[in-house]
Amino acid sequence: MKVAIIGVGTTKFGEHWDKSLRELAIEAGTNAIIDAKVRGSEIDSIYLGNMSAGRFIGQEHVAALVSGELGLSIPAVRVEGACASGGIALRQGILSILSGQDDIVLAGGAEKMTDLMTDGATTALMGAASQEWEAYYGLTFPSLYAMIARRHMFEFGTTREQIAKVAVKNHHNGSLNPIAQFNKEITVEEVLNSTMVADPLTLLDCSPITDGAAALILCKAELAKKYTDNPVYIIGSGQASDTLALHDRRSLTTLDATVKAAQVAYKQAGINVDDIDLAEVHDCFTIAEIVATEDLGFCKKGEGGKLLDEGATELTGRIPVNTSGGLKAVGHPVGATGVKQAIEIVLQLRGEADKRQVKDAKIGLTHNVGGSGATAVVHIFSR
Amino acid sequence: MGYESSVPLFWRLIKPRYQLIGNKCTTCGNTFYPPKFLCPICRKEGKLEEIKLGKTGKILTFSIVRSAPTGFEKETPYPVAIIELDDGPRLTSQIVDWKEEDLQIGRKVEACFRRIYTDGKEGIINYGLKFRPI
Amino acid sequence: MIGIIGYGGYIPRFRIKVEEIASVWSADAKSIKSGLNIEEKSVPSIDEDTATIAVEAALNALKMAGINPKEIGAIYVGSESHPYAVKPTSTIVGEAIGVGPEYTAADTEFACKAGTAGIQMVMGLIQGGYIKFGLAIGADTSQSKPGDALEYTAAAGGAAYILGKNGVIAEIEGTFSFSSDTPDFWRREGIEYPSHGGRFTGIPAYFKHVVSATQGLMSKLSLKESDFDYVVFHMPNGKFPLNAAKILGIDAEKLKPGLVVQRIGNTYSGSSMLGLAATLDIAKPGQRILVTSYGSGAGSDSFSIKVTDLIEEKRNKTKKIQDYIDDKEYVTYAHYTRLRRGI
Repeated sequence: MKVAIIGVGTTKFGEHWDKSLRELAIEAGTNAIIDAKVRGSEIDSIYLGNMSAGRFIGQEHVAALVSGELGLSIPAVRVEGACASGGIALRQGILSILSGQDDIVLAGGAEKMTDLMTDGATTALMGAASQEWEAYYGLTFPSLYAMIARRHMFEFGTTREQIAKVAVKNHHNGSLNPIAQFNKEITVEEVLNSTMVADPLTLLDCSPITDGAAALILCKAELAKKYTDNPVYIIGSGQASDTLALHDRRSLTTLDATVKAAQVAYKQAGINVDDIDLAEVHDCFTIAEIVATEDLGFCKKGEGGKLLDEGATELTGRIPVNTSGGLKAVGHPVGATGVKQAIEIVLQLRGEADKRQVKDAKIGLTHNVGGSGATAVVHIFSR
Repeated sequence: MGYESSVPLFWRLIKPRYQLIGNKCTTCGNTFYPPKFLCPICRKEGKLEEIKLGKTGKILTFSIVRSAPTGFEKETPYPVAIIELDDGPRLTSQIVDWKEEDLQIGRKVEACFRRIYTDGKEGIINYGLKFRPI
Repeated sequence: MIGIIGYGGYIPRFRIKVEEIASVWSADAKSIKSGLNIEEKSVPSIDEDTATIAVEAALNALKMAGINPKEIGAIYVGSESHPYAVKPTSTIVGEAIGVGPEYTAADTEFACKAGTAGIQMVMGLIQGGYIKFGLAIGADTSQSKPGDALEYTAAAGGAAYILGKNGVIAEIEGTFSFSSDTPDFWRREGIEYPSHGGRFTGIPAYFKHVVSATQGLMSKLSLKESDFDYVVFHMPNGKFPLNAAKILGIDAEKLKPGLVVQRIGNTYSGSSMLGLAATLDIAKPGQRILVTSYGSGAGSDSFSIKVTDLIEEKRNKTKKIQDYIDDKEYVTYAHYTRLRRGI
């Protein structure tokens, strides 16, 4: 398979007190359309990733909202898979082109989260877990990932310092990314000493609550050169599901959905893991990046912590991970994240990642997770 | 918190939540809690029967919630855990009557009946099982 | 022969000492302790209430009774701190322990004797042949105004009794009640804490009713003080039951096993029922126990209970009251305030 990305656009990620979901989505979409040098009227469909506008701002029907604001009367579909909504929107856009129905698709994601107070946002996000059997008992997302962390430390001897290094690395990368919510470098000590949120995870282990939107213009591969000299191609797409509740899973330290989605994507792309030059993985919490690097095959199970000690996932390492700064430093507007990950890979493969640029990046991967692992979607990109 | 103020949402799960009623597939022999509506292993060949599970189990992993969702603010910090029941199934709940040394992977616990949360001052009181170290 | 076929108690783990409360109000702990004859009281956790206490006690009673909960035909939960003003605690208990749906249930309220009133109601239903087994519970998370004398005693706990005719561990030989309109302690609808009449709660209230009911029972059953091996009176504090015993000419030693108030406080509807449970925990077959509850407003229910041989094998199936008394964790007044203002 092969589908081209001919344009990308985002807003800055952060606390946009003065901007609505409508405004953020239009800003990202417009930027992508301008970047792609297409006319709005050439777009055939819109796929919009959005987890919970109904809970966050009381607005449903947000795909039509966006297409209406763009002055387009084309099919507009909201895609929801919790924090993987953006990655799935991208996949749906790809499928609609591969089906032959569409030539050019806008695949985006948007989330406006700061209109709720923290407890309200925490409650809304718990909709991604099992409402009846996790949220009912007072669980939160930090505590679900903390339980994964605790188990990972128990089974593999992963240390608290190793987990903290994810935040340190991603904050460093984020400091080089103009759209990132956090541009400040942090130390391991600062991570360990920050406010405890859900033992053993502290505030600096958690991705923040963020407003933001991101958009991609997808195009039938054969038509891409008509619009741009340097298209980036999606050559593999895999998605898999697992149980909503963490306790129902086969393992507490492996996301089977990630493993499965990656297998499908690698096979489709005709590559193996060693061909990957860089990856954007779903680090909603620091431990999630460690688990993801293992599940994607960047290292053996249980050695994700070691990967950090070795510096293998740093910008200059063997397999740079989260060069954008990840969800951790760029911020995590849940519906937009999966699309933003793809944008980072596009910028890297185009050679436009500025100070974050990974040398000779040819093949990149994105990994987007919904909930505590009930959905995973993996995409592989090449120049 | 559970979804705001929905009485039927709470009510229809009273039995499994209060009494640890799960189910067992007579085709494959697997036991499920929370109860399933379809055996995920046998699917249409499966046959589910109600089963009352024992109250004891052990902690597989845990955390302490310090930043709580709506409805749980007054209880922080409270430990949560994934518990593997001696009868097999795993579930998520809170740990109560705990001391620091009780929060350990492998710690034996038993179910006890507690308030989970209330829908404000005027709404219903949601009860259920939490677990205490034994 | 109607009797107890299983009983069980429950006391929350937290305790607060008289000294800790007294220090907050700059009161003299020593004189309070000797005046009330109490050391400490139990405090419910933030997620415990009358329903959760009643369920735990009922599960213990059920384990001892060894019956199928579906055979229980009636549940009465007595309390003055039911979690809902309207909506029964008794159906929460029924659902949690697996009774029903073919049973009758109601919550009772008669200050501290709502639990023993439930025992009488169950006795009547069994005697009338309407039900095979019935469950009566007395449980409370007692309220008291901060700074009030009640704050030193108002505690949390409860006990559950399953009655029936088969598998009896203690026969209920008879019961006698004495009631009158005596407003010594009350709480109006919508008001957080109860009010009381101070020293009026003594002679015209507690003592008059406890003594009259006890004397009435003895005369009805033609029994005298010496026929009883153990005695339990409602325990608003550690002094009143001993004084009542003195009036009735009963040896204070007979009250000792049931005098749980010194370590756990006044558990209101749970008080005399927990005292009875603690006594049953140590009584020998053939021994006779006198129990008289007291509820403000006011009334007393008196019972004569004779222990059977079955008690030896059945009572070891559950946690003893002494186990609950010993399993404790002390809290500061600040922590106590947080727990009591809970969810």
